Amino acid sequence: MPKSLKPIILLLTLALPLAVRAEGDDETWNNVIKTQYFPGKTISETDPLIELEAPYRAEDPAIVPLKVSAKIPQTPQKYIKKIWMFVDKNPLPFIGEFEFFPQSGKADLALRVRVNTYSNIRAIAETNDGQYSMVKKFVKASGGCSAPVGADLDEAMKRQGKVKFRIDNSFKTGEPLQTQLMISHPNLTGMQMDQMTRYIRKSNFIDHISVKFNDKPVLNADIDIAISADPNFRFYFVPDRPGELSAEFSDKSCESPVKREACTPGKHYTERYAVAP
Amino acid sequence: MKILLSCLAIILCHCAWALEPLPVNPIAPGVYLHQAEQHWPDRGNHGEIANIGFIVGERCIAVIDSGGSPQQGLALRLAIKNITGKPVCYVINTHVHPDHIYGNLAFKDSGAQYVGHYKLPRAMAARGEFYINRADELLALHLTPEHIIPPGLVVKDSMTLNLGGREILLTAHGSAHTDNDLSVYDKQTDTLWLADLFFREHIPVIDGSLKGWLTELDKLENRHYHWVIPGHGKPTQDWPAALQPQKRYLQLLASQIRTLLQQGKTLEQAVAEVGQSEKPNWALFDEFHRKNVTQAYAELEWED
Ligand SMILES: [Zn+2]
Repeated sequence: MPKSLKPIILLLTLALPLAVRAEGDDETWNNVIKTQYFPGKTISETDPLIELEAPYRAEDPAIVPLKVSAKIPQTPQKYIKKIWMFVDKNPLPFIGEFEFFPQSGKADLALRVRVNTYSNIRAIAETNDGQYSMVKKFVKASGGCSAPVGADLDEAMKRQGKVKFRIDNSFKTGEPLQTQLMISHPNLTGMQMDQMTRYIRKSNFIDHISVKFNDKPVLNADIDIAISADPNFRFYFVPDRPGELSAEFSDKSCESPVKREACTPGKHYTERYAVAP
Repeated sequence: MKILLSCLAIILCHCAWALEPLPVNPIAPGVYLHQAEQHWPDRGNHGEIANIGFIVGERCIAVIDSGGSPQQGLALRLAIKNITGKPVCYVINTHVHPDHIYGNLAFKDSGAQYVGHYKLPRAMAARGEFYINRADELLALHLTPEHIIPPGLVVKDSMTLNLGGREILLTAHGSAHTDNDLSVYDKQTDTLWLADLFFREHIPVIDGSLKGWLTELDKLENRHYHWVIPGHGKPTQDWPAALQPQKRYLQLLASQIRTLLQQGKTLEQAVAEVGQSEKPNWALFDEFHRKNVTQAYAELEWED
């Protein structure tokens, strides 16, 4: 192409309206996520074992509430073993890999995530007998002045490490009970414009959580920066007798906001909560 | 191809010829305001939706917010040239939001100093890349990192700038609309340029701290000003009365969310229930209210 034409072509691309995007295309899923996380697996989208709730329009891309609900109860014979979640179009699509147990009672999970743009969000469930099923929802992360970063970083830093369990104490012994785990942590995505403003670019986020009731596992989570600042989860466990709910978690720092090759483990935290009907 | 090129020539020349000076009005002697309409930023308006303007000293000009697009920055610069012919010595960014900073590049070669809250550079670093990546899709703007110009001069508490026979006082506020809000006070005309610390007609947008904002409002309504300029909506001489709708809205969010938190209600329930009675009072309620509730809930749930 003649050299002089290049800027004109560039401008032409800019002047034209954006190519209309198919609402919620599966390109990233088909080409990247599926091959990376589920090579060789058959994943059914008909009659999935889970449902996914997500707002169609996410007014605050920094805090998008999602909820996965299981359509089957957790029994020792048949239960949902794992749920993976992804935001296809995020720079780093992986939200997390969540492990459930029969003593989870219900493999339900509500959480808050960052959504950078218009994207499909998906959850994939694996049962203990090796069946995979998937649900997805299209979410439009709002424009406006919002950004998928914490609004008040210093405030988040100040209370970093603070943890809360919230439980409705009027429960019935032996039945699944919902609890909320709140962890104050800025969950930094890392910054890429440091050359200009000299700010550190490392990401720093909660990478693992393990929740137990009376030392039996209830929920394990491997997570990444798609989780909103101040990670917040609602899930179930079965208080078969009075006891102690515990959460152990850790954070880590990675050199790049989107690559995970060079990371340093951070701190470990523990929180305990006495449960008595 | 020939036809295509001539079409392009028209488009290109249109860009060059279309630069009209930005309409501005002197609301007080030497205080010029471009008052925007209440719109959601989109590909049609290119995010040119905020009140922006400038203050004229004997020696030079202070720009207050450069505009929502590079083009609007250029139009503002042309307006300044036509009206005063004086050099721009300061480009003040009142906070990190796109509608207030995307015109920055227009003043780069004017020798002006860029001024902002001391937390503004960090906010630009944290959000800049995301903003740039979505500028085309959302605003039909082609932006690069060079459009996001961080302040060379930062304000930690307050700072006085002299424009030649005219002093303006800059105040760095605690976390409120954002965590990097800066206000500008012109002593000569007793004008307080609050930018997005103050919304009129346009629903207030929380992107910093609800509690912090209410604290700042308590301080701001303590005294009278001749003129107060909001970031969105009409300037007012009726202070602090004109602030009350915003204060009422923010207080309502705080009290209703605290009640729901005590009842053990979730974020999703709060988003569905809180503050709906305020809908008739604000433009762009549907666009911003649920975001406000989300941010406020995530803040207030950490109260003991
Ligand atoms: Zn703003």
